[in-house]
Amino acid sequence: MKIDFRLNGAAIQVDCAADRRVIDLLREDLGLTGAKESCGAGECGSCAILVDGEGKLSCLMLAAQLEGREITTVEGLASEGRLHPLQEAFVEKGAVQCGFCTPGAVMASLDLLRRNPNPARAEIREGLAGNLCRCTGYQKIIDAVEAASKIMQRRERP
Amino acid sequence: MGEVRRHKRHSEGALHIGASTPRADAYAKVTGAEKFAADYYSSDMVWAGVKRGAAPHGVIKGIFTDEACKAPGVIAVLTHRDIRGSNRQGVVRKDQPVLADKKVRHCGDAVALVLAEDRETLLRALDLIRLDLEALPGVFDVEEALKDGAPLVHEDNAGGNTLLEAHIQTGDGLTAFERCDEVIEGRFETPWQEHAYLETEVGWAQQQNDGKVVIVASTQTPFRDRAEVAEAIGLDLEQVRVIAPYTGGAFGGKDGITVQTLLALAALHSNGRPVKMWWEREESFIAGTKRHPTRLYYRLGAKGDGVLHALAARLYFDTGPYDHLGGVVMTLALEHAGGAYRIPHALLDAWCVYTNNPIGGAFRAFGVTQVTAAMEQMMDMLAARLDMDPLELRLKNALTRGEKTCVGVTLTGSTGLVECLERVERHPLRTERYAWKAAAGPFKRRGVGIAALMHAAGYGTVVPDYANAKIELTPEGKIRIYCGVVDMGQGNASANAQIAGSILNQNMDSMELVLPDTDRTLPSGSASASRCTYTFGNALIGAAEILKNRILQKAADLLMAPSTDDLTLAPGKVVNRATGAQIPLSRLGRLMAESERTAISHFRAPVAKDRLDVTDELRLHGLGHAVISYGAHLAAVEVDEITGAVEVVSYLSATDCGRALNPQIYEQQIHGGICQGLGFALFEDFRVEQGTVKSPDLATYIIPTAPDTPNMESLPVELHEPTGPFGLKGVGEIATNGPAPAVANALADACGIRMFRLPMTPERVLLALRGRETR
Repeated sequence: MKIDFRLNGAAIQVDCAADRRVIDLLREDLGLTGAKESCGAGECGSCAILVDGEGKLSCLMLAAQLEGREITTVEGLASEGRLHPLQEAFVEKGAVQCGFCTPGAVMASLDLLRRNPNPARAEIREGLAGNLCRCTGYQKIIDAVEAASKIMQRRERP
Repeated sequence: MGEVRRHKRHSEGALHIGASTPRADAYAKVTGAEKFAADYYSSDMVWAGVKRGAAPHGVIKGIFTDEACKAPGVIAVLTHRDIRGSNRQGVVRKDQPVLADKKVRHCGDAVALVLAEDRETLLRALDLIRLDLEALPGVFDVEEALKDGAPLVHEDNAGGNTLLEAHIQTGDGLTAFERCDEVIEGRFETPWQEHAYLETEVGWAQQQNDGKVVIVASTQTPFRDRAEVAEAIGLDLEQVRVIAPYTGGAFGGKDGITVQTLLALAALHSNGRPVKMWWEREESFIAGTKRHPTRLYYRLGAKGDGVLHALAARLYFDTGPYDHLGGVVMTLALEHAGGAYRIPHALLDAWCVYTNNPIGGAFRAFGVTQVTAAMEQMMDMLAARLDMDPLELRLKNALTRGEKTCVGVTLTGSTGLVECLERVERHPLRTERYAWKAAAGPFKRRGVGIAALMHAAGYGTVVPDYANAKIELTPEGKIRIYCGVVDMGQGNASANAQIAGSILNQNMDSMELVLPDTDRTLPSGSASASRCTYTFGNALIGAAEILKNRILQKAADLLMAPSTDDLTLAPGKVVNRATGAQIPLSRLGRLMAESERTAISHFRAPVAKDRLDVTDELRLHGLGHAVISYGAHLAAVEVDEITGAVEVVSYLSATDCGRALNPQIYEQQIHGGICQGLGFALFEDFRVEQGTVKSPDLATYIIPTAPDTPNMESLPVELHEPTGPFGLKGVGEIATNGPAPAVANALADACGIRMFRLPMTPERVLLALRGRETR
């Protein structure tokens, strides 16, 4: 079926099976391999994307569910070669090791900061409880989200 | 494929040793641009997948593939009959079939390989393959497997189900126990640990027109893989090229063949089309290797003043049906069985045993995690018996430089255990522990436990631990490093840029990294054994120094300077300090011949020089290491007496890591190791019943999440290691060894219970608490 939606700020139409998993649509058909698949069952958070600004797991979504929605993947965050403050913080604070969970963790963090712009460290830990990381022990990810929240709040103030 | 990585950077200035420079790979990873092996796709791609035996032990009577072959969209179905080579793979002993021929020996054995147009067709075709297996009795327990009459996993193995056994006696052995005032005994069991990397086993392969098979795989060992693949499926070495991108986690689970041989075989039958294989999570759990489960019998004897006198240990390692790296893991465990203590008399026995369980293999810290969990609990049990402080007991017995371990290895390198223990001793988590414990709320108990650690790096005495570094000044004036050792996430590629950049005084923007590729980079061993930056870094220093001299000489010629004395490298150029004249590196790069602007250097790591009274076989498996890191850990835990849940509230580590080239990367390694160690200690319960995996996914096998993980402090104790690159020692593994004993000792401190079996789940803790009450 034909599905119309917006992907990283641009209107797009795809023609695929209605029940094609969104993760496959993104990675295989559209070449956006930033979202990763690690469990295929909603247990790890590696495939997180934003749908109308809300964090969703693309391995649990079907293509038909994208109709009319605004989709953001990790590839859509940096603009004109400038990293999003959250990405910048992940780099600077050392939150990236193997990097396979990183796109999902960044997207989940964005979702968290949208809901709670100034989270305490314990709230960041809870907010990222669905994103498994096997390398970092999470501490530097928490550092990065904490640092980014401060920068993002400063920027949003008039 | 084969592209060069350039780095968008935001900080300026030349790279420095000792600076927390953000990693070179972070930018591409955080934008989703980095291409992992999992990210290779193309429109003409073929999906390959494996039919597995799904029985722990059986004779293969028939493999029926006709129906699958006829299914629309199926390109080929292959069995062992389609393999021209040895059909055997393995790192030390080649005992694992690529596709099972006579028997299946565990549930994950691959029996048939299917190539299909898409994943859905592939899964349907795999279901259409029928196997006729005649079930054989299986063997699932290490000690049962060693008994006469036990079912044999390999009928042709001379040692029955024994893969490797070892016996080491030092001093007076067992008779020394007669002279001990206190003797403590313990029997410990440690479980499988699943690597649970986020990127499961994956790769991509294609046969070129000239017949060469190119494999892109998530692997720690491209050079070794190349030889294994070629031999197993009957190709010449030159017909196989292996490319190793950054892995999405490996931790030892990709130290050896996973998908590589199967992919190459598939590529021979796909009519030149590229082939992709990507194991699903359940497949990864069933067929992938794990940390070896162990059963460990310990007896430790001491004098009344706490001076250790004798150690006896019997160590059993379950390697499943294949060696993989089982013998080597066991041998490293044996070398660390007595910890970093002065113990003059020892008798150590170890067996690595074949069973029909999942395959044991390399996992970060390689056997040392298991024996440290036992030995460091023994130390606390002894301290309790002697009514001594556990830290004081460790300080009293801690080895210093020049002394021998209990297997007879002399510590010749920097030896910082005492310094690590002293750092922990002075820390508030230690000095204020009584007040903290007393502040526990109702139905809560608090405890503080420590562990002392040592971890040897490299391959040991016989197998050469070497690296060949290649570096180039490109015609564009960039510095290109040909990395021979895989970066599986630990940041060694970035460390390479920092090492060469600091020698050549360049910034990150000038550095280019070529990741391991058997056609482009030079053989430099595996990404394992805490060796990556130590061994390759040493080789790279040599190559960078050669290149530096050549660049300066060429600049001197062009600037008509009498010598290179006044010349200095600056970012992007060479400057004559005396005259102010400059010459850009891009000009030098264009004017130098390729042979001039390329430098290569070789390094081989030192090994223990002691003449140990052990078999050649044990030496071959690695006994006797020279470069050793040390550490001391402290865990502060709170136990819920109602639920049995153990919360690690704070965690402290001090690590003798030599010089930390990049403190941020140092911390990353320590944090990650502690977190995996905490999973091993508390959560990760890989359950197997009669050879069948009962925890096949991340919902039943629980790894630590962000809320499960404490705040970690990781103090570097930077004693200079004379043989290390800028004084560095490897720290990739050591931290993994601390949490199990530190948490177990904290639990004993909190509630007086001793956990002899890992993980310390709430259920087991609750049972132990009840047992304490009834006692």
